[in-house]
Amino acid sequence: MRIPRLLLRFASLALFAPLALTASPGAAPLPDNSVYRIPALTLRDQQGDVFSFASLRGEPRLVSMFYGSCKMVCPLLIENIKRIEQAVAARGAAPLPVVLVSFDPGHDDVAMLARVAANHHLSAPLYRLTTPISGDYGALAAVLGIAYRPLPDGGYAHNTVVALLDGEGRVLATTDAAGKPAPAFVAAVVMVAAH
Amino acid sequence: MSMRTHIGLLLALLATAPAVAAADYVAIPGGVFVSALAVDGAAARIAIEPFAMRVEPVTNAEFLDFVRMHPEWQRGQVSSLFSGPQYLAAWQGPLTLGPDARPEQPVTDVSWFAARAFCASEQARLPSWYEWEYVAAADVTRRDARQDPARNQSILDAIQGSTGARPGAIGWHPADVWGVRDLNRLLWEWTGDYAAMFPNADARVPGAGASLALCGGSALAFADKNQFALMMRVAALTALKPADAAPRVGFRCVRDPPGE
Repeated sequence: MRIPRLLLRFASLALFAPLALTASPGAAPLPDNSVYRIPALTLRDQQGDVFSFASLRGEPRLVSMFYGSCKMVCPLLIENIKRIEQAVAARGAAPLPVVLVSFDPGHDDVAMLARVAANHHLSAPLYRLTTPISGDYGALAAVLGIAYRPLPDGGYAHNTVVALLDGEGRVLATTDAAGKPAPAFVAAVVMVAAH
Repeated sequence: MSMRTHIGLLLALLATAPAVAAADYVAIPGGVFVSALAVDGAAARIAIEPFAMRVEPVTNAEFLDFVRMHPEWQRGQVSSLFSGPQYLAAWQGPLTLGPDARPEQPVTDVSWFAARAFCASEQARLPSWYEWEYVAAADVTRRDARQDPARNQSILDAIQGSTGARPGAIGWHPADVWGVRDLNRLLWEWTGDYAAMFPNADARVPGAGASLALCGGSALAFADKNQFALMMRVAALTALKPADAAPRVGFRCVRDPPGE
């Protein structure tokens, strides 16, 4: 299996995460069901910038997961996220920032992220393609309803869930972004973007 | 909380850590085996790296020690993100086991998140499905006994005889050829990647479509149609969300070899 052992080891940090959360000064406590309560997770984006997943708190956004060497469904997933954003824009709302997190950090380095971003004409800050550099991205997947499993050919079995988070990290809606934008999901994004 | 109190608490937690006897793990050599799960509709040879597996499932007594040391996993304190109302439902209280949860019984009614956190607390992780299946293919004398109809039937009988009940005590059956106990008959066990064994469309996404929702032609199918017990196990696990808990679902942990 291709999951880097180092990352698995970081999972042991999970136990201390609640302490780390309360240690940030001045911030109000997170809601009980905020995905920012997952154990500390550090990401690097396609520009090489490093940031913590929890630092995304404060602004609503779309979050999904992918892997760079995926030939079929991930390109489709990314294009369908763009279609969601276009549908949102067509209804007069500003597009929400999108964060994509790789579940294949052993292969997805900055160069790979930059290549995927270029292929799909995605640019920061609206689209951040990221790869975990430490922490428990498996917990992130699970709280978003995203699942993946390495296959013997080096690929992954995975789904294409996109989650709409409010500023506090609550999952307001999810969609399976495998086809045309789901109207209910687009409506939810428009409502959030309008606030 | 200041950084200093944070570190102080961390040290306090570490200082109280070795109160529990270390669990027994047994080394599992790597190998190649044919999974009962199909890949792209066909049987597939799966390479397994060496690892170590807990000899027995995690017990109520062990999980009680864990929640004592990690109060954020106690019933009533755990985030709704990580567990639901069924969490540790057989326990009399957050720190009390009771008649339906004997100390020596496997702990069940634990979410995937809680199982994962427990394993992390002993520098371990949940096994992948393939790792679990690889070890569970054994019986007392053979590393792969899956083509023995009598062995398969006896597993099925044990499962059907205990449907609906919480699992009994560990160790009524002899250890398998690896030295591992109670993998097949006693309970269902979380695996780290269970959620990606998508039975048909991903049922957890309301309105999810069929094939394109999944990457790599990965919808669940069995290449070996004789493994009824495994089919039941996969059905039981994939019906659950990671925050769910169920009376017959517990877990055991695995470790990677040192130095990797």
